[in-house]
Amino acid sequence: MTSEMLSNLGLFVLAVLVGFEVISKIPATLHTPMMSGANAIHGVVVVGAVIVAGLADNPFAYVLTFVAAAFAAMNVVGGYVVTDRMLGMFKAHPSRPVPAADPVPAADPASVSSAGGAR
Amino acid sequence: MTGLEVVVRLVYLAAAVCFVLGLHLMRSPVTARRGNLLSAAGMIAAIVATLALIAAGGPASEGGFTVTGWGWATLVSGLVFGSLAGLVSARRVQMTAMPQLVSIFNAVGGGAAAIVGTIDFMRLLNQGTVTAGFSVPVVLDVIIGSVTFSGSLIAAGKLQGWVSGAPITFRGSRALNVASAVVALGGAVWLVATPNVWLLVAVVVAAFAFGILMVLPIGGADMPVVISLLNAFTGLAVAMAGFVIGNQGLIIAGALVGASGTILTKLMADAMNRSVIAIMIGGFGTGDSAGEVVAGVAGADVRRMDADDVAIQLAYATKVIIVPGYGLAAAQAQRECGELGALLSERGITVLYAIHPVAGRMPGHMNVLLAEADVPYTQLLEMDEVNPEFATCDVALVVGANDVTNPAARRPGNAISGMPILDVDQARSVIVIKRSLGHGYAGLDNELYSEPQTGMLFADAKKGLRAILAAVKTLVG
Repeated sequence: MTSEMLSNLGLFVLAVLVGFEVISKIPATLHTPMMSGANAIHGVVVVGAVIVAGLADNPFAYVLTFVAAAFAAMNVVGGYVVTDRMLGMFKAHPSRPVPAADPVPAADPASVSSAGGAR
Repeated sequence: MTGLEVVVRLVYLAAAVCFVLGLHLMRSPVTARRGNLLSAAGMIAAIVATLALIAAGGPASEGGFTVTGWGWATLVSGLVFGSLAGLVSARRVQMTAMPQLVSIFNAVGGGAAAIVGTIDFMRLLNQGTVTAGFSVPVVLDVIIGSVTFSGSLIAAGKLQGWVSGAPITFRGSRALNVASAVVALGGAVWLVATPNVWLLVAVVVAAFAFGILMVLPIGGADMPVVISLLNAFTGLAVAMAGFVIGNQGLIIAGALVGASGTILTKLMADAMNRSVIAIMIGGFGTGDSAGEVVAGVAGADVRRMDADDVAIQLAYATKVIIVPGYGLAAAQAQRECGELGALLSERGITVLYAIHPVAGRMPGHMNVLLAEADVPYTQLLEMDEVNPEFATCDVALVVGANDVTNPAARRPGNAISGMPILDVDQARSVIVIKRSLGHGYAGLDNELYSEPQTGMLFADAKKGLRAILAAVKTLVG
C-alpha cells in the first residue's frame, strides 16, 4: 500500500463520518429529495469518466468511455434537476386555497442544464 | 505537480465542501433548494476543472494527458447524450414514479463507476504496471458497481411493474445466488494475485448475475430498503473508483452517499421492524395484496359508513389527522387528499398528516407526493411527532394504510409484533377508506377495523375522497 492510498483511505473514513453526522440531521420529510440529491452527488463519477477519456487510446476504451460518460452525465444532470423540481414543491403555505391543475410544476433548469453544458 | 494540477485539486476540495454544505442545508425545507444548487455548483466546478486538466495535456510520465480525437468525440457525445437523457427523464417523471427514477440513477452511477475502474485497469495492464494495491480497489469497484447496476435495474423494473413485484424464486435460485457470489469473490481474489482480463470479465458477469438474483426474490413492499441499500452501494462503488484513479473528489462524494444510503437503509428496516439481512434474503410479501375477500374475524363486526356520515364528522371536528398509506398513491388520490385537507383547513379545522416512515415506496416518498398536491410541509408530521396528537384529535382519517395502523403490533406473537405503528386507535373517532377488508402485506387482520370507534368507508381511495369532498362541500355550502 502506497502512502497515497493510505491518506486516501483516511479521507474516505473521515468523509463517511461527516456523512453520518450531516445526514442524520435531515428530517424524514426531506428524505426523498435528500436521496436524489445524494444520487446527484455520486454523479461526480463523471469526473472519473473525463479522466479515463483523457488516457483512452484504443477502440475498446473509446466505447467504454462513451458509455461511462453517458451514464455519469445522466446521473448528474437528472439527479440535480429532479431534486430541484421536488424541493420546489415544498411550501410552508398552500399557494392557492384550491390548487389549479398544474400536474408538472416547471423545474428551474437554468442552473442545472448548465451542468450539462459544461463540457 | 504542475500549477494547474494544484488548482484542480483545490477545486475538488471546494466541490467536496459544497457537497457537504449542500447536504447540511437540506435539514430544513426552507434552505434545502439552495443546498441542492450549491451542491450542483460544486459539481460544475469539478467537471470544468477536470476538462481543463485533460485539455491542457502534458507528458504522461508526469501524470499529463494526451487526448486523442476519438477520445474527445466519445467523451463529448457521451456527455451530451447522457445529459439530455437525464434532463428529459427528470423533467417528465411523475412523482409516484420517483423510486424508479432514483433506482435508474443508482444503476447508471454504479455502472459508470465500474466502467471507469475497468478502463484504468486495462490501461495499466497493457503497461504491465498493475500492483496488488491497485487491483484491490479495482475489484471492489467492479463488483459493487456491477451488482448495483443489475440490481437497481431489476428494482426499477419491479417498481414500474415490468418485473413482477411478487418475490420471484425458482428451484435452485438461492444456490445460484450463492454460486454467483462465490465466483465473483473467488475471481476477485485470483485477479488480485494474477491480473488478467478474462478474470475481470468473469468477475463482472458473476457480479451482474448476483445483482439480479439478489433483488428478484425481494417483495415490492420492501423496495424502500432495497433502494436505500443500492444507493449506499453506488456511493461505495464511486469511492472505490476514486481509489483506482487516485481522485479525492470521487472518494469524498462516494463516502457521503455511502453514509446517507446506510442511514436510510437502517431507518427503513427499523420502521418495518425487520433486519436488513432478513429483507435481503427476501420472499416475504408483495405489498400490493389488497385481496377482494371480505373475510376474517374482523369481517363480522365492522361498522360501515357512507360519504355523508364521514363528511358530517369531518366538517364538525376541530382537529383531524389524515393517515395516508401506499394505497393512496396507488390510486393516484394525492390531489383529492390535499384538496380535502385544504377545505377543512379553510374552515379553521386543524389538519395534520401522519406519515409513517414506510408509507411510500422510498424513504420520504409520501411527503413528496403530498407536497406536489400542495399540502404545506408544516402539516406533514413524522411518526414520533404525530403519535401524541392522536389522543386529542376528533377524527383520524386513514386512507390506504393498513399494517402501520394495526394495534396488534403492540402485542408479541404475530407477524408485525414490535413494528413501530401510528397510534390511530387513540383517536376519538377513526374513519378508514379502503376497498375491502383485505390484508396488508403482513397478511393479518387489522384489529383497528373492529374497534367500536372505527367506521369503514368501502371505496377506492380516489373515489372515496371525491365523494367525501363533494359531501363536505354540500354540507357547508
